[in-house]
Amino acid sequence: MVKITFITNDNEKVTLEAESGSVMELAVNNNIQGIDGDCGGVCSCATCHVHVDPLFFDKIGEATEIEKDMLELDDNVNEYSRLSCQLQITDDLDGVVLTVAK
Amino acid sequence: MKKKEKTCVIIGASHAGVNCAFALRKEGWQGAVVLIDSDPELPYHRPPLSKTYLNEPAADLQSLKPLESYHKNNIKLLLDKTVSKIDSLKRQIILYDGTCFEYTKLVLATGAKPIIPPIEGLKQISKVFTLRTAGDITSIKNAFFKSDKKKAAIIGGGYIGLETAASLKKMGAEVTVLERESRILARVTSSYISNFFQELHKRNGVDIQVGKNVFAVENYNDTIRIYCDDATEFDVDILILGVGVKPNCTIASKAELKISDGILVDEYTQTSNEHIYAIGDVSYHYNKNYGYNVRLESVQNAVEQSKIAALNIAGKKIKYDTIPWFWSDQFDIKLQIVGLANGYTDVIVREDDLEKPVISVWYFKDETLLAVDAINNAKAYVFGTKFLKNKIRVDKAKLKDISVPINNSLEVN
Repeated sequence: MVKITFITNDNEKVTLEAESGSVMELAVNNNIQGIDGDCGGVCSCATCHVHVDPLFFDKIGEATEIEKDMLELDDNVNEYSRLSCQLQITDDLDGVVLTVAK
Repeated sequence: MKKKEKTCVIIGASHAGVNCAFALRKEGWQGAVVLIDSDPELPYHRPPLSKTYLNEPAADLQSLKPLESYHKNNIKLLLDKTVSKIDSLKRQIILYDGTCFEYTKLVLATGAKPIIPPIEGLKQISKVFTLRTAGDITSIKNAFFKSDKKKAAIIGGGYIGLETAASLKKMGAEVTVLERESRILARVTSSYISNFFQELHKRNGVDIQVGKNVFAVENYNDTIRIYCDDATEFDVDILILGVGVKPNCTIASKAELKISDGILVDEYTQTSNEHIYAIGDVSYHYNKNYGYNVRLESVQNAVEQSKIAALNIAGKKIKYDTIPWFWSDQFDIKLQIVGLANGYTDVIVREDDLEKPVISVWYFKDETLLAVDAINNAKAYVFGTKFLKNKIRVDKAKLKDISVPINNSLEVN
């Protein structure tokens, strides 16, 4: 089991466990506020934006080119931004802290 | 006397209805929320139906929300139930099984249904399918796996029909698309994009036939024989209708709501009855950015209108004001569309890379940007969105020059 912690816009900390699927699906299935995933996870809507804890960013890696472009739609983009539909849950993500973008 | 609890009833539990129910809770609606749909499945994402749900054998439906979320948010979800009528005087809705719900506010998110074209003999064919619900696609999947010949024809070359063609091809079917107009996507896009997708499908082995008006079909031995009015015939064993949809307005028109191409709503998503709202594919609404009424078949419109309806029902007066966007995935191509190109006078095609390909098509009415179609080109989609949202003038000469990158430097100085 991989543990993933979300920090929501209300500063609430929620830690969830999962084995597979995308981080967006995990968040939507557990009602994490601010992660909508309107397009269903095909990198088309930019409604699942998270900021990755800098300590984990190397492990997770940078966004792909399409993802980077899509992130530009959001004013709150920073160097640690990712679209959570593009983050597949693997052991590498264990313990990661993701802050839901405002 | 105990004050009666307020109730918001939502008819239709797809992208619009489901998001509206959850948005009502987010906006602090204290009353009951009742969400009804005739589909038996837990509400699901529709766009993957013609894509991964069809072409990946093990794919499951992708739920919009898990079942527990409805419980947690105190949303009463009634599936496999059909509404027979709205009594707008008593403010009640009545289901076919006789159940009756009183409403304080009613939201119609009844969506659209496939158009069945007037083709002779269609009723006698058992293996004819439409493209709308999970049930439709599951039936196509089953027919495909049972079929020996795996020969499919899709009548209608619109986005959903083409996505289905791409999926069936990927699954190993022999696929023919029969389009009545002289090009596919004729109703919805420019000839450049039509040609692009026509070539893409041909390259991937889909037989695209244009100018084919199907007038009759019949069972012929083990196959379905399709007759076109130019005297051509096609034999297949799976027949799919993809000629578009029409809005589900029946209960709304019986309730005497104003209907046009869909249920007419104002900028607050309110219908001609102040207690009734209409959202999603069924709503005929004014788009402020373009200055005309539209009915849109899109997830974006469904989701965003659902939030506006919830805000207004919760007592905040908020107008709907968005730039529409769409997407389509076919083979390895991602098409993203922003804006409405209707009435364009000028098209600029930017072929940044024909190999990959990376292309964008920019639609203008004189000097005003109306819409962008971006092929594997999220940058063009994103900057197109920004230019449209902020009403920025784009320098056409720079746009035509692919040595000028797509970014803010395209603005008119």
